[in-house]
Amino acid sequence: MNLTYLIEAIYLLASVLFILGLKGLSHPDTARRGMIQAACGMGAAIVGTLFRPEVLHGNYLFIIIGLVLGSAIGIPMARVPMTAMPQRTALSHAFGALAASLVGIAEYTIQQPTHASVEITALGLEVMLGSLTVTGSLIAAAKLQELMRGTPIMFKGQQILNLLLFVSMLTCFVLWLTHPTVTPYFYGMAGCAFAFGIMLVIPIGAADMPVVMSLLNSYAGLSSAATGFVLHNNVLIIAGTLDGFSGFILSILMCRAMNRSITNVLFGGFGATVGTDTGATGTMREVTLDDVAVQLAYANQVVFVPVYGMATSQAQHSSRELGNLLEERGVSVKYAIHPVAGRMPGHMNVLLAEANVPYSSLYEMEQINPEMPQTDVAVVVGANDVVNPDARDNPKSPIAGMPIIEVDKAKSVIVLKRGKGKGFSGLENPLFFKPVTGMLYGDAKSTLTNLAQAVQKV
Amino acid sequence: MHHVMLDPIALISCISVFVQTPGNSSKADPETLVLIASLYVFALAAFLGYQLISRVPPLLHTPLMSATNAISGISLIGSLVIAGSKHEGQHAMLASLLGCAAVTSAMINVTGGFLITDRMLKMFHKKEPAKAEEKK
Repeated sequence: MNLTYLIEAIYLLASVLFILGLKGLSHPDTARRGMIQAACGMGAAIVGTLFRPEVLHGNYLFIIIGLVLGSAIGIPMARVPMTAMPQRTALSHAFGALAASLVGIAEYTIQQPTHASVEITALGLEVMLGSLTVTGSLIAAAKLQELMRGTPIMFKGQQILNLLLFVSMLTCFVLWLTHPTVTPYFYGMAGCAFAFGIMLVIPIGAADMPVVMSLLNSYAGLSSAATGFVLHNNVLIIAGTLDGFSGFILSILMCRAMNRSITNVLFGGFGATVGTDTGATGTMREVTLDDVAVQLAYANQVVFVPVYGMATSQAQHSSRELGNLLEERGVSVKYAIHPVAGRMPGHMNVLLAEANVPYSSLYEMEQINPEMPQTDVAVVVGANDVVNPDARDNPKSPIAGMPIIEVDKAKSVIVLKRGKGKGFSGLENPLFFKPVTGMLYGDAKSTLTNLAQAVQKV
Repeated sequence: MHHVMLDPIALISCISVFVQTPGNSSKADPETLVLIASLYVFALAAFLGYQLISRVPPLLHTPLMSATNAISGISLIGSLVIAGSKHEGQHAMLASLLGCAAVTSAMINVTGGFLITDRMLKMFHKKEPAKAEEKK
């Protein structure tokens, strides 16, 4: 029938537009146009689907309810503050995976398969991956939103319990494949997957969330791709696979940025492990606000090193004001962004862009490190591991080998820090005891605002 | 530059060849052919995905994640068919309700995902206009 060909052509067009959309994301200047193309592809695919024969001969009631309800929830979810992006994204992984598993379950009840086939295998994988992503993402979102403790939750026998859950999930899957008519196997598999998703994420600390987020992104995408196999729909396979691979690549990049393996992130329970730090001691040199203001005002190049803590206190706006004042004096102001500085990949860049920092001032770790020796003042906003020289110098450190922003090579380092205690991970940071380092205590936001005022008086 | 121009185009054309196959396939076609075509699509999409995503700068990784999320909301089209079709048998109502819930979840990602991606991308700019005037 002609209409079927037309709809297939629309799906093909949508696939091409999605690909062009992702291609546009290779540069900020083309990104918006690309996403508009992708959105058009999506719109066309949706409208085309509404004219499929099955739908034309069915009824539109449930479709309309779903579309209206989805928009009513989706549109407000696009208005969250940028600091809440990680939890919003985690929630949307959950919704994507939920859609995939629901489609899988519905297909199973409709088809009532009697024997194993490729579709049935794909259906099983879809429901399994989908279900564990739903609960896993919800836990991740709860941790990021601080509805539950962000620190790893560990207990005795956890690994064994996880292994048992995983094995029983696979057993149910295999049993169900051989006896597809026995529904308890199917729902047993889904139940185990739900539980496994929870267990997978609770032992992971908030600092490791970038990896987990990317991994869940990957699972959500792959479960969509599996849906495509079940429904023989290529645009689903393409979009799902693109999503799956995007998540996969991001999780590898995030792991590399922390010099850890995925298994170590998932099963290591970082934050609970105790390594040997240098036990660095000595005196921290405290500096005064006016000293720092003078240093900044007469510098040639100033590099800010922001981390997530800065965003929670909304200090990025104060930092931008200070940066503006310095630029007016002819100081070159740059921002050095570590890949895991935020709570999800690229999070810090978005937060700074929101504070009106032009993207040409945002530098990746690899770009800024060679410039560090020529930097007059490096300002570390919030004490953290991403500038801990131990990662480079001390092979016994728990974070040994993790790439860092080498602020200690700058001519002068100013660390803005709330108090004298240890950082987020509980590691001692030898940077604080180096002679080039000056400590400026206090709340990041007010310190930066005060600095801006002091610079104006210089 | 050579790769940037060549790879995606070559790949898209490869993919489109295979995309056609299941489109034409009525139920008379052997199931294995469809499966093989699907596997080709999967493999090529994976390769293409790797190429495309590797070129996205870390600067745009958050928009990338929300964009792929929105795009994978295409599972909406599967949900629409389930929610809209007439089903037979004792589980007919269940299937429609599951479909309706799936449409809702997928639609959340589609609307929310595209809107927030655009909102983020709008914020990325080179230099403030005011600054560009006063300097150089």
